[in-house]
Amino acid sequence: MTQPHAEQESPTGRPHVSAEVFEKCAAAIATLIRERAQQAKDKRSLRWQEEIISREIPVGGSVLDLGCGDGFLLERLIRERNVRGQGVEIDAEQVFSCVDRGVPVIQADLGSGLAWCPDKAFDVVVLEETLQTLQNPREVLEEMLRVGKRGIVSFPNFAHYRVVVDLAARSRMPVTERLPYYWYESANIHLLTLRDLLDWASSSGVAIVSGYALVDGAPRELRADDDLLAEEVLVVVERK
Amino acid sequence: MSPEDKERRGSGPEASDSVGWTNARTIRLVAADAPVELELGGTLGPIDVEYETYGTLSPRKDNVVFIAHALTGDAHVAGWDKDTEKNGRTWRDRKPGWWDAVVGPGKAIDTSRYFVICPNVLGSCYGTTGPASIDPLTGKPYGLHFPMVTVGDWVKLHARLLDALGIARIRAIIGGSIGGQQALEMALAFPERVERVVVLAAAPRLSAQGVAFNAVARYCILNDPNFSGGDYYGRDKGPDAGLAAARMLAHITYLSDEGMHEKFGRRLQRDGDQKAGFGIEFAVESYLDYQGRAFVERFDANSYLYITRAMDYYDAAAAWGVGSLVEACRRVKASALVVSFDSDWLYPPADCRDLALALTRTGTRVTYAEVPSRFGHDSFLVETQKVGRLLRSFLAH
Repeated sequence: MTQPHAEQESPTGRPHVSAEVFEKCAAAIATLIRERAQQAKDKRSLRWQEEIISREIPVGGSVLDLGCGDGFLLERLIRERNVRGQGVEIDAEQVFSCVDRGVPVIQADLGSGLAWCPDKAFDVVVLEETLQTLQNPREVLEEMLRVGKRGIVSFPNFAHYRVVVDLAARSRMPVTERLPYYWYESANIHLLTLRDLLDWASSSGVAIVSGYALVDGAPRELRADDDLLAEEVLVVVERK
Repeated sequence: MSPEDKERRGSGPEASDSVGWTNARTIRLVAADAPVELELGGTLGPIDVEYETYGTLSPRKDNVVFIAHALTGDAHVAGWDKDTEKNGRTWRDRKPGWWDAVVGPGKAIDTSRYFVICPNVLGSCYGTTGPASIDPLTGKPYGLHFPMVTVGDWVKLHARLLDALGIARIRAIIGGSIGGQQALEMALAFPERVERVVVLAAAPRLSAQGVAFNAVARYCILNDPNFSGGDYYGRDKGPDAGLAAARMLAHITYLSDEGMHEKFGRRLQRDGDQKAGFGIEFAVESYLDYQGRAFVERFDANSYLYITRAMDYYDAAAAWGVGSLVEACRRVKASALVVSFDSDWLYPPADCRDLALALTRTGTRVTYAEVPSRFGHDSFLVETQKVGRLLRSFLAH
């Protein structure tokens, strides 16, 4: 697998901003202010990652899903990819839903670590839309790559132009389709950008095996100029 | 209509989701001339086991759900005992089996799908051989001559029961508290025979605090002036006060501080009628007094000694993993469901979670749920909705 970001500048460099991005920003200001009220509710493509995750998981392999929620993804992976799936989830009601689906789940706080799990016990460890909610995201990323041969991380990109514009236009924490909560009710306590994740990877000896971005509601492979275009990011990572 | 009648009308033997009238069966699993060796030394025989079954065994014998009862439980899991006059267990006339809310046609453990078996444990006083049984050597009750028995001994006997019923593998074994330890032990001792194991409010061993409570309970019994070295059968008085005190203490450990506060607070038993004495003044005292008295009517003090000791001794890691729980759990082939309750301080969530995490090393499917509840250790019996949902789903997959 090639390194999609090999040609990019150093982690501390300025992200590439194209004319296309500026155009989009300008257009977005008007629509954003108009549509702000309903932005939160649309969930059509919230599950876009699962199609990609499903492809990235070896058939018959083993998957640990950190913050597995109601077990929707694992149920699919168990059914379609015949994996040995194990979820970890902190919320009791979500754990009940996992059991209803027949998904094995451990109710635990990711913040208290994965010491119970041996090294490289899983082919893939998934952190789907969970990273930004964690108290200690860096430790969990490290643990992810200790217990898994590969990690899959997806998160909302805080540098997406709509987020940036919303922040600039309103001087308030952004409320967008992907970040549909006010600051005081949001579970997102460690919001990050695509660039932040790439910085972490390069400073931690972690290789980006492949990457995907949700752009204008559609997923595609990650490109070099996606810093402001990607609403959400999904990367497959492994230790170099 | 009496309260009893009211209670029956809702969930009585005629209700469509009740297993109905039940009668226990007794089977001789160990003959007098072929006694079994016990884990802690000595032999025992003959051994009779009382058990109940509900539902129908499928032709392929693949729908068996085995239920293991707790410390003072019995084989009467669900339904209404038809034989109370004969067996003298008249307290059962007032209420159905101890897990009737969970076991029955259409209930979480659905007896229209599953064949449910529950035996009474060795050393108990509900039909299975125990200290009140006749010692064939003396022609008198064993009393303290009954050998020490362990959870391991119980489970070996349960396997014999399955053999006798022609059942090779069970779909699930389910138990709470020391019943959960039996379930775990079955999955460790007979991994090929267990497809699913459910451990409710139980850990691989009892904490030091738990052993301490049991020690005080036994102290109460052993030092009752009417204990008579355990040889009180047939006498006017047995160690009733000691047994009642043991039960009162145990009941405190089954509840939570929060639950007790909510249920009783500092309410007086009779409003505004506080006397400066040592009678029953507070509602919580009255509750414990009732629990103690009711227990004496239905339980044998010697059985309490033996079963609490079995509870103290049980240590899955020591027995199967040379002290390592992870090593022990490598034996398990069953899918596992471990459930703790956040207000349980007898088998605290952290201890239950350790079991679940060790089981993840087996490579089988493991689920651990920590159920929010105010009811302390009792939650596994009281939270029938939440526990029922977990059981129904876990059994189905």
